[in-house]
Amino acid sequence: MSIDIETARRVAKLARIRVDEAALPGLAQEFSAIMGFIEQLNEVDVEGVEPMTSVTPMRLKRRADVVTDGNQQAAVLANAPDAREGFFAVPKVVE
Amino acid sequence: MSDLNRLTIAAARDALRKGELTSVELTGACLGAIAGAGVLNAFVHPTPELAMTQAEGADHRIKAGMAPDLCGIPLGVKDLFCTKGVLSQAGSNILKGFRPEYESTVTAQLFRDGAVMLGKLNMDEFAMGSSNETSCYGNVVNPWKVDGRNLTPGGSSGGSAAAVAADLCLGATGTDTGGSIRQPAAFTGIVGIKPTYGRCSRWGIVAFASSLDQAGPMTKDVRDAAIMLRAMSGHDPKDSTSADLAVPDFEAALTGDIRGKTIGIPKEYRMDGMPEEIELLWSEGTAMLRDAGARIVDISLPHTKYALPAYYVIAPAEASSNLARYDGVRFGHRAKLAQGDGITEMYEKTRAEGFGPEVQRRVMIGTYVLSAGFYDAYYNRARKVRALIKRDFDQAFEAGVDAILTPATPSAAFGLGEMADADPVQMYLNDVFTVTVNLAGLPGVAVPTGLDRQGLPLGLQLIGRPWDEAELLNVAYTLERAAGFVAKPDKWW
Repeated sequence: MSIDIETARRVAKLARIRVDEAALPGLAQEFSAIMGFIEQLNEVDVEGVEPMTSVTPMRLKRRADVVTDGNQQAAVLANAPDAREGFFAVPKVVE
Repeated sequence: MSDLNRLTIAAARDALRKGELTSVELTGACLGAIAGAGVLNAFVHPTPELAMTQAEGADHRIKAGMAPDLCGIPLGVKDLFCTKGVLSQAGSNILKGFRPEYESTVTAQLFRDGAVMLGKLNMDEFAMGSSNETSCYGNVVNPWKVDGRNLTPGGSSGGSAAAVAADLCLGATGTDTGGSIRQPAAFTGIVGIKPTYGRCSRWGIVAFASSLDQAGPMTKDVRDAAIMLRAMSGHDPKDSTSADLAVPDFEAALTGDIRGKTIGIPKEYRMDGMPEEIELLWSEGTAMLRDAGARIVDISLPHTKYALPAYYVIAPAEASSNLARYDGVRFGHRAKLAQGDGITEMYEKTRAEGFGPEVQRRVMIGTYVLSAGFYDAYYNRARKVRALIKRDFDQAFEAGVDAILTPATPSAAFGLGEMADADPVQMYLNDVFTVTVNLAGLPGVAVPTGLDRQGLPLGLQLIGRPWDEAELLNVAYTLERAAGFVAKPDKWW
């Protein structure tokens, strides 16, 4: 499977990672090598096989749908690159 | 006592309880060793003041009697664990300056038992790597050296492995998504166990691939691994995949008696081009277990060769989702924006600046395999192959196999930079023997059993039944005693 430059550009966009135009051919080549390696999976007969979900059959724990934590505004914002007046601040989202 | 930092956890515990030494002395010796080992680049955020405060507290507890096994024991913690108020960056620039407001469950349990934290340990960025060369802190250097070259300690828990091998700490936490505890343990001549998926809580450990990630101990011997694993294990309501099962006394299971146990030797692990020394190590290990009274049987795990390709779909897919949280809004790095830049530019520039090349590559591969039109062809197919890999193991265990013996790595430690020009897939092959275990969720332990011709350590891997770490560690203990591996790196740093 060969990944072209256009696909590499699209994937970078979807992943929200800025990639310089000059770096795209190299990236496409690396993706092609990795996807080529992954192609081996097509040799396996997976007809009727259910995807694996857990190591041993186990029901996920449940709990009451109630608030268990909170009132920690300062702690939540402590590591924010930009926090103002109790909120995370970001560039303008809508014009 | 001299060279206190060279003690095992078990020896230090016994000496502390007898009053022959104090945690303050022990901790001081480790801090001294760390200060003299800067060139290894293992400890990236030492916490000497915290360590001495914890050591003083531990000494009080020990004096009062009834202190837990780890009380007063100085440990290193992989940078992937969130530690309250202490830098926790997962080896990444995107988490530069991140000081969690909370403590991971595993480290909280270690501290509950009185363990002392010496600092945070270097690692591959977001645990993505097999040589500790993707870290934002720079490479870790393996304390083992046989010529002019600096060798890799392996990865991703390379800092943990180097620190334990160089006696900078008595033990360390690691995490293992595809082999990140076992491969570096093998490269540095120490013991590392990845327990059954769900044995240790993942809460507060920076996520890479959530269905594969497990924490585990890296120690100087099997007994220490048993002691440390018990403290790290247990159910945690904050991790819905953590198992609500009793945690056995793993140390008490170390009887050294494996008579009548069945050890499987999987033929698919005999790879083309495998170095003769690895082959020899494996057959010697097999003979040791046979001599200890185990029954040796040849087994087949037919889907083994598909484990790495399945892993390189599933792990990047989960990583692309987990790492979406690094967007420059709530924590970590945010790129400087140009006039007119909006939210999309902020995301794209932040992630381009903050993530290194290997992380970017895996996030994008994950994005691709999950994208519209490819989800079934890649992601769902890989999950089905994963089920077949697990079924191979299930069938071996159903047929009466108690544990499986394999090589831990396809080679000894290689030189830093030697793989720089190789295609990424070549680096991924380091995990060929370990990655199956993560996919199947099983416990696996690496035990050092010999040296290669150059004098570098080599390890074997034992794979156990789910939730049966006790039996697995007992087989590992038996192998360790038979191999009698006592070599240590000559101190050159």
